[in-house]
Amino acid sequence: MIKAIVVFNNHGKPRLIKFFQHYNEDMQQQIVRETFHLVSKRDENVCNFLEGGSLIGGSDYKIIYRHYATLYFVFCVDSSESELGILDLIQVFVETLDKAFENVCELDLIFHVDKVHYILQELVMGGMVLETNMTEIVTRIEEQSKLEKSEAGLAGAPARVVSAAKNLDLPKLPSNIQLPNLPSFR
Amino acid sequence: MALKKVKGSLERVFDKNLHDLVRGIRNHKDDEAKFIAQCIDEIKQELRQDNIAVKANAVAKLTYLQMLGYDISWAAFNVIEVMSSNKFTFKRIGYLAASQSFHEETEVLMLTTNMIRKDLSSQNQYDAAIALNGLSCFMTPDLARDLANDVMTLMTSTRPYIRKRAVLIMYKIFLKFPEALRPAFPRLKEKLEDPDPGVQSAAVNVICELARKNPKNYLSLAPVFFKLMTSSTNNWVLIKIIKLFGALTPLEPRLGKKLIEPLTNLIHSTSAMSLLYECINTVIAVLISLSSGMPNHNASIQLCVQKLRILIEDSDQNLKYLGLLAMSKILKTHPKSVQAHKDLILQCLDDKDESIRLRALDLLYGMVSKKNLMEIVRKLMVHMDKAEGSMYRDELLSKIVQICSQNNYQYITNFEWYVSVLVELTRVEGTRHGSVIASQMLDVAIRVKAIRAFAVEQMAQLLENSHTVASSAQRNGICEVLYAAAWIAGEFSEHLRDPRGTLDDMLRQKVTSLPGHIQAVFVQNIMKLYAAILVKYEEDEDNDGIREVSDLLVEKLPMFVQSGDLEVQERACCILQLMKYVKKLQDKDVSCADEVAALFAGELNPVAPKAQRKVAVPEGLDLDKWINDPPSDSSDDEGPANSLFIPDDSRMMNESMTRPVVEELSDDELERRREARRAETQNNPHYLKLGASAKGSKYQEVVNVEDIPVANIDLSVPLYVPGTKRLSDKYLEAERQARKRDKKRRHGKKSKRRHKSESEEDVPVVHKVDIMGGEMPEGATESGDEGNLELDDNDPHKLLDIDLDRPLDADEKLPVRTHRIVSPSAEDRPVEEKKKHHRKDKEKEKKRKEKEKKKSKKEKKRNKSGDDSAHPSLLIATELMSPGHEAIPSPGEEEEVAPPSAPVKKDTTPKKEEPKDDLDFWLSGQDAPVAVEVTAPEPGAAADVDSDAEDTSRHKKKKEKKAKKEKKEKKEKKEKKKKSKVANDEDVDSGRRDGFEELNSDGPPLPPMSSYRLLAEDSNIKMTYETRVQSQQGQQLIVSVIFTSLAEQHLKSLEFNVMDSLNTKMDRLPGATTHDGVPVPFQLPPNSFNEGQFAFQVQSINVAQKLRGTLTYTIKTEESSTSEKLDFKLYLPCTAFLIATPCSSDAFARLLQGGELSSKYSIKLSSGGAPFSHVLAKVCFYGHFAIVEQIDQSASLYSCSTQGHHICLLVKANGGGDVSIDGKCADGSLLSNVMEEIKVTAS
Repeated sequence: MIKAIVVFNNHGKPRLIKFFQHYNEDMQQQIVRETFHLVSKRDENVCNFLEGGSLIGGSDYKIIYRHYATLYFVFCVDSSESELGILDLIQVFVETLDKAFENVCELDLIFHVDKVHYILQELVMGGMVLETNMTEIVTRIEEQSKLEKSEAGLAGAPARVVSAAKNLDLPKLPSNIQLPNLPSFR
Repeated sequence: MALKKVKGSLERVFDKNLHDLVRGIRNHKDDEAKFIAQCIDEIKQELRQDNIAVKANAVAKLTYLQMLGYDISWAAFNVIEVMSSNKFTFKRIGYLAASQSFHEETEVLMLTTNMIRKDLSSQNQYDAAIALNGLSCFMTPDLARDLANDVMTLMTSTRPYIRKRAVLIMYKIFLKFPEALRPAFPRLKEKLEDPDPGVQSAAVNVICELARKNPKNYLSLAPVFFKLMTSSTNNWVLIKIIKLFGALTPLEPRLGKKLIEPLTNLIHSTSAMSLLYECINTVIAVLISLSSGMPNHNASIQLCVQKLRILIEDSDQNLKYLGLLAMSKILKTHPKSVQAHKDLILQCLDDKDESIRLRALDLLYGMVSKKNLMEIVRKLMVHMDKAEGSMYRDELLSKIVQICSQNNYQYITNFEWYVSVLVELTRVEGTRHGSVIASQMLDVAIRVKAIRAFAVEQMAQLLENSHTVASSAQRNGICEVLYAAAWIAGEFSEHLRDPRGTLDDMLRQKVTSLPGHIQAVFVQNIMKLYAAILVKYEEDEDNDGIREVSDLLVEKLPMFVQSGDLEVQERACCILQLMKYVKKLQDKDVSCADEVAALFAGELNPVAPKAQRKVAVPEGLDLDKWINDPPSDSSDDEGPANSLFIPDDSRMMNESMTRPVVEELSDDELERRREARRAETQNNPHYLKLGASAKGSKYQEVVNVEDIPVANIDLSVPLYVPGTKRLSDKYLEAERQARKRDKKRRHGKKSKRRHKSESEEDVPVVHKVDIMGGEMPEGATESGDEGNLELDDNDPHKLLDIDLDRPLDADEKLPVRTHRIVSPSAEDRPVEEKKKHHRKDKEKEKKRKEKEKKKSKKEKKRNKSGDDSAHPSLLIATELMSPGHEAIPSPGEEEEVAPPSAPVKKDTTPKKEEPKDDLDFWLSGQDAPVAVEVTAPEPGAAADVDSDAEDTSRHKKKKEKKAKKEKKEKKEKKEKKKKSKVANDEDVDSGRRDGFEELNSDGPPLPPMSSYRLLAEDSNIKMTYETRVQSQQGQQLIVSVIFTSLAEQHLKSLEFNVMDSLNTKMDRLPGATTHDGVPVPFQLPPNSFNEGQFAFQVQSINVAQKLRGTLTYTIKTEESSTSEKLDFKLYLPCTAFLIATPCSSDAFARLLQGGELSSKYSIKLSSGGAPFSHVLAKVCFYGHFAIVEQIDQSASLYSCSTQGHHICLLVKANGGGDVSIDGKCADGSLLSNVMEEIKVTAS
């Protein structure tokens, strides 16, 4: 089981949190802080596994993370998950984000956290891995976006115009997430 | 209406949307909290509006704020409002908010049941998917109970997208509503073989999660998983399955044996590192479970270690880490294979990655031997000097101590070396492990008698140099070693070379800066030292010395009296007074050394760690009973109760003052008491006694300590010079020298010793020491860990420890909405059909929707159920036709499946599976690498013959497989090579296996046995057949015939006919006469085989039947077709009507004594040299008997006929290869016929 999925940036600001076990908001923030503390002090070229933070899990739980550009993707999993498998899942997740946002960067996650959640929902459900096939995931996401667009119809038009206007000044940061290649999994 | 909508959306333009919120927060970095508070106010405004779009926008913003740590539970109701929107866009926003903020205690969740149910059954699969997703995050027991049935329905959805989600969410339902597990399990199991890989993977996932916590309940699934493992190519699924096997093997070693081969293959073939790693892990688990008595798995271990080495050598740190992790698992059982890679592991100690270094340290722990301990510890100490960061250094230090002290100092050959290592460790800067070192010093000094002299010397040195340690009292921890040093020097002062000097060291002013508890020990041991010195001086009659040392104490002790620490102060006061008294006596020239020494007489013995637990509770002592009457609650009693305690306290104080701190009974006293206790327990029948030998050895051990020769320390070497070469290195050097010498010597005797590699015994033991075992109470022995690993009571999995193999009871069904007015059967109908109706219904509903919006749901449902019952048979036909349904139908469904018009009787009771036996059976087949389908024969399949073409096609796959096996079997017979495989492969009645298996589990391999016999054969076709019966159907017999085409052409229009006798009649198509054959419901392409089943009605079963029959068929070639005929004789023995029914030995005895079984019959067979177990197996297999009991060379067997005759057999092996069988039965002719048949088949 995956117990929690947290994405935060190099400064520990949460960009996505998803807990599959209930913690209240304060606890969630504490966990994010602790995890950031643990993960951020590690070098780039060390292994991606960490044994147990104190707040979440216990000895059975592992923190498995990947660091892409400005973002840390952290999964907290128990021993029923394969370590390398989860690393791969993170890769699938990030690659999917990359496809869905066309060169994903931190800003995409900041402004579209809801969409990130929807993508994650296609990969993981209730702490269990649901789908790992990227094309399948992307198709599903696109279908849902279409559905959303068709529903918005006329009524949504003014809001879209306004938001488009508002977005004109959106800062364009070229900080793409570079996707390194993984040891073959699939 | 429309106007309002437009107005609403225009208003929205001016609301902040999520974007604006995020941007706003980013722009208000300085007053973020204030800005957010303002936003929340706005959100509250928005939530008050009617427009759902506005609400959804507000909820979306709340979800973002939740991520930042703001509690949004106050908006729970609004979230539900948004969830209930008809629009997918809003619904999704609502569900996302709910999944982030709802949890079990969210009260409004009560309101959502019907809404979620509606969404689950939505026509739009994305609606259903988001509902399932949301539900997976906020499942409550209520929701689980109410929605379990709906999710069950979704598990058979036509859309894999929904199906896989439904399967996954079942796990969450089980956790909250364990009662759902058993009714849902068959379907879950079915999903393991779903055509969609995603669904399959989901099912594997769920079962793995379940099995991880309660593995034993899922053992029976092993064959299914095994098959998946050998057939699946999905790495995710494979990894899960392999992990699951890792959890299952400890429970069933036979499973492990079966796994080794396919896993090894995977290890060789896979390119995916993750899969490789998991395979290795599971192989390790298997090897651990097999570790006893399986020497020939060395190859597997070697393979694992080899592959792990590759991982560890990889540049990828992750692989390195995992490799070391797995290595440490091998280490536990096969330390030798890991020790070969010591170099690699020592290398990892230099890795820049701390996680890897720590893993490598873990490994070192298990790799030491007597031979390499010194070397490894030396390396570690070098590392410790180099290591940066106190964390890692501390880790190293504690590892050194752990490595050395493991298993009662198993690997230490030279304790002098160890003590000097400990002393060296005290010089490590900034360690937190001072107390660890101290306790090691104490432990070694107390338990290793021979080392005491050396240890005391070293401690004296430490005390002498205490200024280096004590000066840094804030160097947390390391001063703890002075605690040990002082105590050892005091307690074993007789070994001190210069007690006086040590006394001076201990009385230095610096000491008062030490922590209180250490000072306390100093004070106490100063007195001990004094006592020792006093005795010595009195012997020498050195009165000046006595006076001088007494004065010294009286002068110096007051510095402790002024201590702020109570303990120190108290002890110091006490001892100072004592000193003054002693001095007074000395002034009167009274010698009092003996009296003073008596304070500290006696010796400490170590106590075993478990001793306290082993102290038996004396008879008549009830620990739960009140000693006095329980205090009454009234407050009046408090006064006297308090006063009661005061004298108590003071008494304790007095006692601790007067009594010597180390209370020790003399050996004689101890022995006397033991003797008394022994005598007492001797007569006590409730007391478990130890074997005499064990007792004896224990005492010997203690006594022998005195006799052990203590090697002299070579004092020509300077013991310790601070700041020069490490003392411990000296020992390493010495050992190396010794070994070199030894090697040289061995070189000379090469021819003799060659075969003997350097083993543990060869390590020269410099210093013979005896390690005392701890003291234990009488009658108790040291035993392993008694703590049993149990699931935590709070773990929801505890409730999921449910037997899944027991057939479902009638009342075990998923709860169904009660307000629904439905005929009871409608719920259980195949879901496929329901779905269809649902869709239809929905369409109808859609049309209606515009007009009547809030018409009650009840009506809808009533409609639906009405629809359902209107034309069930049609739908059932489609259900039967659809492929992929051959797995076990869920309970209750079975009844529904039966077409009402079907001409055959249906088995209505749920079939009895005996999965445990199935598993045993599966596991027993060690040769068979391929999984065999283990599902018990389906009652439905057996029942109908001719009319049921669908049925046969449904089973086609299975049958084909079986037929393949059949072919294989023939080959094997020729080769006469592989044994017992055929028996495994046959899909025989589980009962028969039962009897068969027990025999197969041990003993030599059995000869091949097949229940299939040849019926007839010509150049075109071959028929083999087997008979099957059902216990509920006394008159019916199924003959299952495998048709194998030997022709080059297509065979078609097969017709099977058997001439009826008075007793036996074949079931034919309705309306057919006795001369019409039964058409075989398939054609035979060239070189294929298929199985047809034919039912017979039999009146009497006590005589064997021989029936004449004919098979007619047409050979079809391109241009012509010719008709052929094949005659055969169908032999139906009496044993065909027997069903091996398990019977307890009690029931068996009752049967025999009951007198009902009046007929007797005996036969003798010659075994022809085969072992008894083989004969027994044959009798069981061919005769369909179950073993009741087997004692050596005799066994009692039981079987029951389809018409309820009990048959009891006693099989005995007489000398000379003869086997006699005595039988008892109520029906004489049945008995005699059965036994004659056995005689033919078994001999």
